[in-house]
Amino acid sequence: MDLSAINPILLIAAMIAAATPILLAAIGELVVERAGVLNLGVEGMMITGAVCGFIIAVNTGSPTVGFIAAAVGGAVLSLLFAFLTQVALANQVASGLALTLFGLGLSSLMGQSYVGIKPPRAEATPLGPLAEIPIIGPILFGHDLMVYLGLGIVAATWAVLKFTRMGLVLRAVGENHDAAHALGYKVKRIRTLAILFGGACAGLGGAYISLIRVPQWTEGMTAGVGWIALALVVFASWKPWRVLLGAYLFGGITQLQLNLQGAGVAIPVEYLAMSPYIVTIIVLVILSADKSRAPGSLGRTFHASG
Amino acid sequence: MSPLLSLTGLTKAYPGVVANDDVSLSIAPGEIHALLGENGAGKSTLVKMIYGLVKPDAGQMQMHGTEFAPGDPRAARAAGVGMVFQHFSLFDALTVAENIALGMETPPPMRALAARIREVSETYGLPLSPDRVVGDLSAGERQRVEIIRCLLQDPKLLIMDEPTSVLTPQEVDILFETLRKLSAEGTAILYISHKLEEIRALCDAATILRGGKVVGDCVPRDTSAREMAEMMVGSTLATPKAAAHDAGDVLLSVTGLSVGSPSAFGMSLKDISFEVRAGEVLGIGGVAGNGQDELLAVLSGELPCRGGMVRFKDRDLCKDGPEARRGLGVLSAPEERLGHAAAPNMSLTENAMLTGAAREGLAQRGMLNWAKTRAFAERIIAGFDVRTPGPENAARSLSGGNLQKFVIGREVLQKPEVLVVNQPTWGVDAAAAAAIRQALLDLAAGGSAVLAISQDLDELMEISDRFAALNEGRLSDPRPTAGLDVEQIGLMLGGAHGMEVAHV
Repeated sequence: MDLSAINPILLIAAMIAAATPILLAAIGELVVERAGVLNLGVEGMMITGAVCGFIIAVNTGSPTVGFIAAAVGGAVLSLLFAFLTQVALANQVASGLALTLFGLGLSSLMGQSYVGIKPPRAEATPLGPLAEIPIIGPILFGHDLMVYLGLGIVAATWAVLKFTRMGLVLRAVGENHDAAHALGYKVKRIRTLAILFGGACAGLGGAYISLIRVPQWTEGMTAGVGWIALALVVFASWKPWRVLLGAYLFGGITQLQLNLQGAGVAIPVEYLAMSPYIVTIIVLVILSADKSRAPGSLGRTFHASG
Repeated sequence: MSPLLSLTGLTKAYPGVVANDDVSLSIAPGEIHALLGENGAGKSTLVKMIYGLVKPDAGQMQMHGTEFAPGDPRAARAAGVGMVFQHFSLFDALTVAENIALGMETPPPMRALAARIREVSETYGLPLSPDRVVGDLSAGERQRVEIIRCLLQDPKLLIMDEPTSVLTPQEVDILFETLRKLSAEGTAILYISHKLEEIRALCDAATILRGGKVVGDCVPRDTSAREMAEMMVGSTLATPKAAAHDAGDVLLSVTGLSVGSPSAFGMSLKDISFEVRAGEVLGIGGVAGNGQDELLAVLSGELPCRGGMVRFKDRDLCKDGPEARRGLGVLSAPEERLGHAAAPNMSLTENAMLTGAAREGLAQRGMLNWAKTRAFAERIIAGFDVRTPGPENAARSLSGGNLQKFVIGREVLQKPEVLVVNQPTWGVDAAAAAAIRQALLDLAAGGSAVLAISQDLDELMEISDRFAALNEGRLSDPRPTAGLDVEQIGLMLGGAHGMEVAHV
């Protein structure tokens, strides 16, 4: 066992990067669920975003254009879900599962000729002198733009939900869609927009894996991150900052246990591998012991009547 | 005076039913106009058209002499129409101020809005704190949220759908003061209610609907409640009559019952004691949320209690669940029709099976006897005038009043020794309510003990031999109904304390 092989500065920086895909997907799903829609297709939207982002980044040579394409790809796939659940009034659980299966299949078809190719590298954000600060510099200011974008989306989501009318209407639709309809709000339109936002965020999260974390294209490379993101939203009691905490906790411990495995710690690998799940669940369950509860209309199909 | 709102020839048809057929009426500024009719007479459809939730198939609406055709509630609100719904359209998890902001077109910033809410609530005698979460409010306070939401937009016409069904007499008085004040300021009010005495006390004019058509107009002050009721029903009305009978042995006794509520927004029961005798109806009044649901749950066996608290004859019921109690003859009909008393997506036959299996012998050794169950369901439908094409229809397809007749009938026909009902005639029209009350009285006359929990005091005065009030989870001592007046009842309900200063 050789713990000195672990560089704490690089470890913490890697933890932040490891958390970003989960964070992006989870914050998108949080908005969807606050609007009262349960979209279980996060995994499918992530992998679609991953392959769309990868293909476009390779062909254009620009990771930025790749990320934009990933957001569009995730959103387009989520539009299918929006059509099924908001227009055709299909069951949300079944539609979400179908979306995941469809996304996995579609992405491996699209990515067939891209296996083994290296994507263009995303540069670290030019933060100038900030990145030069010892210790704090490499930990906080040496990341690519997506890490900061993820944090920005969390902060913006929190502020919009708490302080703006748009956020209030979104929460109202998720809380009681019949009452919102009676007040004249366009339940389906608001939900469709929330679903699109969730799809775009999931797509970004997926592309972060294929363009930065791994970076290459393999079938099924999101490997269940979408499901983690879904669980995280519930354990975080639908609160943005708790999603951030949960994502960093999960991403961080995942990275830590990889490092510990590499350092040859005398704990069976299986225990290390399960540790992120257990720690994250314990912490968030303790946090969610307050009175917060799910949005009142979550997962219920809205029929406009009368 | 030129009318504020006039409707001409409004017609709206749904598949299989004409909800409104050539309805015309007009309302002057400052007028309090009552809209009367049985369940299904088309009152809701009519006000939904005025509020922009439903588009008429034919006919015109005019506001101040100009064309008025709101495409959605926002347009109606912009034109000065406000509506307080019967089933509150509130968001439990949001605060009072957030709920009110949602009903406004251009709400001011939250801080300014909170100040305006305080101001309006004080002006109109409706105390309300803007920061409280709506899920914690009582029914009366929730209604204030709805009313203030409307008032903040300076409406010219306020539509109120059954506003007093959840209020105590004192709260009703406060509401009427508010409405009269609004009317004096020139706001017209369109008032829907089943309670004819209230309409006589409050309204300037009334339009009566039956089967979607206007069947008459009257001035409520000069018309008796009975005449109005007969116009609504279209026939003479039978008042429920109790047959003379003597109270028999104690069938149900509750002693020192204290139980915590299973729900976060519920009320725990504190040291409740009473007895119900054979042949007697005990009425329990009180505003919703004071422990009614919990009391019914304890008596039906859904909520466990400690030994000796609830007895049927000499038997301690605390170890018996709902099914065992049904077998003994202790039946109950909860308030919530869909989802508690009846399973919404199951047919009436299946719903009849759900509580009737034990006493009607519908199931033997785990096998269901559907023929017998169907016959039982048909007996309920015939005996209680349930309007449905047949017992194979889903419970949710029935109107509220019809389903209520079914769930009460289902228990009454099982010849219970003890029957506990909560809100037996909630949302049911006058004729059906009279039939349900008569059935309860007949049941008592036949030697059963009936415990009726209700918020409708007139109903309790009509059917019960003794009356007790449930307030904050405590039960007052039961007193003989004969000789009680509204003032005394109001005091028993605890209405005297704290309405003006309620939780502010």
